[in-house]
Amino acid sequence: MSAPIATDRERGTAHTMVGALNAALRDAMRDDERVLVFGEDVGRLGGVFRVTDGLQAEFPDRVFDTPISEAGIVGAAVGLAFAGWKSVVELQFDAFSYPALEQVIDHVAKMRSRTLGRVEMPIVLRIPSFGGIGGKEHHGESPETYYVHTAGLKVVVPSGAIDAYRLLRRSIADPDPVVFLEPKARYWAKEPGELTVDGPGIGEAVTVREGRACSLIAYGAMVARCLEAADVVAAEGLDVRVVDLRSLVPLDDDALRRAAEETGRIVIVHEAPKTLGLGAEIAARVMELAFDHLEAPPVRVTGWDVPYPPAALEERYRPSVARIVAGIRRAVTY
Amino acid sequence: MQPPEHWRGTEPVRILAPDGTPVGEPDVGLDPEGLRSLARWMVLARRLDRECVALQRQGELTVYPGFEGQEAAQVGTAAALGPDDVVFPTFRELAAALVRGVDPVRYLWYHRGTWHGGPYDPRATGFGPICVPVATQLPHAVGHAIGTALDGRDVVTVGFIGDGATSEGDFHEAANLAAVRRAPCVLVVQNNGWAISVPTAAQTAGEIWRRADGYGMPGVRVDGNDVLAVYRVVREAVERARRGGGPTLIEALTYRIGAHSTADDAARYRDPEEVERARAFDPIARYTAWLTAAGHLDEATLAAWEQEAERFAGRVRAELVEQGPPPDAWLFEWVYAAPPATFEREREAALAALGDEAAGP
Repeated sequence: MSAPIATDRERGTAHTMVGALNAALRDAMRDDERVLVFGEDVGRLGGVFRVTDGLQAEFPDRVFDTPISEAGIVGAAVGLAFAGWKSVVELQFDAFSYPALEQVIDHVAKMRSRTLGRVEMPIVLRIPSFGGIGGKEHHGESPETYYVHTAGLKVVVPSGAIDAYRLLRRSIADPDPVVFLEPKARYWAKEPGELTVDGPGIGEAVTVREGRACSLIAYGAMVARCLEAADVVAAEGLDVRVVDLRSLVPLDDDALRRAAEETGRIVIVHEAPKTLGLGAEIAARVMELAFDHLEAPPVRVTGWDVPYPPAALEERYRPSVARIVAGIRRAVTY
Repeated sequence: MQPPEHWRGTEPVRILAPDGTPVGEPDVGLDPEGLRSLARWMVLARRLDRECVALQRQGELTVYPGFEGQEAAQVGTAAALGPDDVVFPTFRELAAALVRGVDPVRYLWYHRGTWHGGPYDPRATGFGPICVPVATQLPHAVGHAIGTALDGRDVVTVGFIGDGATSEGDFHEAANLAAVRRAPCVLVVQNNGWAISVPTAAQTAGEIWRRADGYGMPGVRVDGNDVLAVYRVVREAVERARRGGGPTLIEALTYRIGAHSTADDAARYRDPEEVERARAFDPIARYTAWLTAAGHLDEATLAAWEQEAERFAGRVRAELVEQGPPPDAWLFEWVYAAPPATFEREREAALAALGDEAAGP
């Protein structure tokens, strides 16, 4: 095998998630002239998180600001799909995606089916999501269940910069609509590696740490926290697996089954409130897929069933390393 | 003759008075064949509309939203478009669909409960899916117009909505975006006086066409029961959009002769006398009176259309009632273009389970 050609994205360069997402958008627009980027403040400003920084300068016609109108933005993406365009839309914050829910649920998710496959919706809805940055009210929510529950969508969440690049490129290339939830708390964390589309696709979970004592199942910013918790219990001799789901729709049933079969104990970690969060679905699936292998009931370490709290209390809401460790102990001592 | 309440206020653009007397320039650029075609479509559409109401009463359609009285607004709009222009309809534009070449049997699959909004080919026909969530199709029309403009294609997109839909946020977001982007589109509001049971006066305190000014686009109020006026006004808006002049908001004043749908009982909220008064403004009688007086139409031709309409309605009925439910496989068939493995497993298990069910215990 020949050595990879060194580029400005050579191995070893550390990337922030914001930078990786920006590179993914730029590369996708260079590779496919049908890709559009639009939303609120994505043009001259480069987005409130700067994910679209510099794109309008390179693609003046294909990157544009819209009025503040989330339903109109997503509805326009539907019409643009009729006209053969692939829209990558930015909905500025989690809670600001709600005005567009009618368009997403009634049209984006269903259009291919209701037109007997004649009109596809290659749309990516990028939504900066989840908490952990001391944001204001309505800027830290976990909206994934709304989208996961809507048939016809795919829903992905990267946990770090390298995978963010890959998942966004894959999402833009996907012929189906993809809700792309970006964990704001990981936007500026640096990760070394090469930005490439190669590697696991949508629907494949990745085991980011091997272990046999139990499996932590997480996505987004909670993956890094689970790794910290795994380090804590490793010091006590507990060998914990960490699975990064990456994709919430489709869920990687094979990875869930393997985790249940090989470790017998499952701890699910997410920021979203417990009730009907992903943990409920994952717990049900591991019981359907591998009930005989389970040594303990699945444990859920999640946000509370309360409105997302103000900045002063958000770390009393988000699963902490200590709460994850407590969850591990509950699973392994059952 | 007392016009419907919601026609009050600004006089609409009108070419033919309700009795068919010209009050404006009747030369809208159509030759006699084109002029007759407008009438023929209205006759065919009305006959099919009545057939659909009957089909619903006989259990062959689930629920059907009739459009009697609105033929001119729909036919005049659809006829004013070029072959590559595209329409995004609501759920009440069967007349426009016919003019645009949509197969009525496929269209009526929707109201038969055979399949959802787009059982015909929206791309090949240039007629978007039937859309029930009120006003949500309008951002699609605007997005489509933005898209064709980006491609430099010579296409104008028409978005239909009703008076009630102008209260929805999607109407505002679409109209505003269209104006800001100078999108080549025409927003046609069929103000038929009633949003199910709520009259226009309780829906909006102003005149709908005037909102255009707030968005920074031209607005026009037209007599929607005057097919020549509708044709001219839409034609002008389409040509303006083609020249890069941006969108236009058109309020077509018309009247919903029937109930909101076959599931509705209009007598609970609407004085039947109001409907009788509105019949004096019938769009077909008005137009055929003028066509006849102008020497473009004779009794024999009109009778021939009526016979054609009978045959047409009969054919649609015959083909439609033959349509059974689609196979179970359609539940899953088009949900994803790239179906995930988990989805494929569910499909397999579901179809096996449904097969077992059909086979019996």
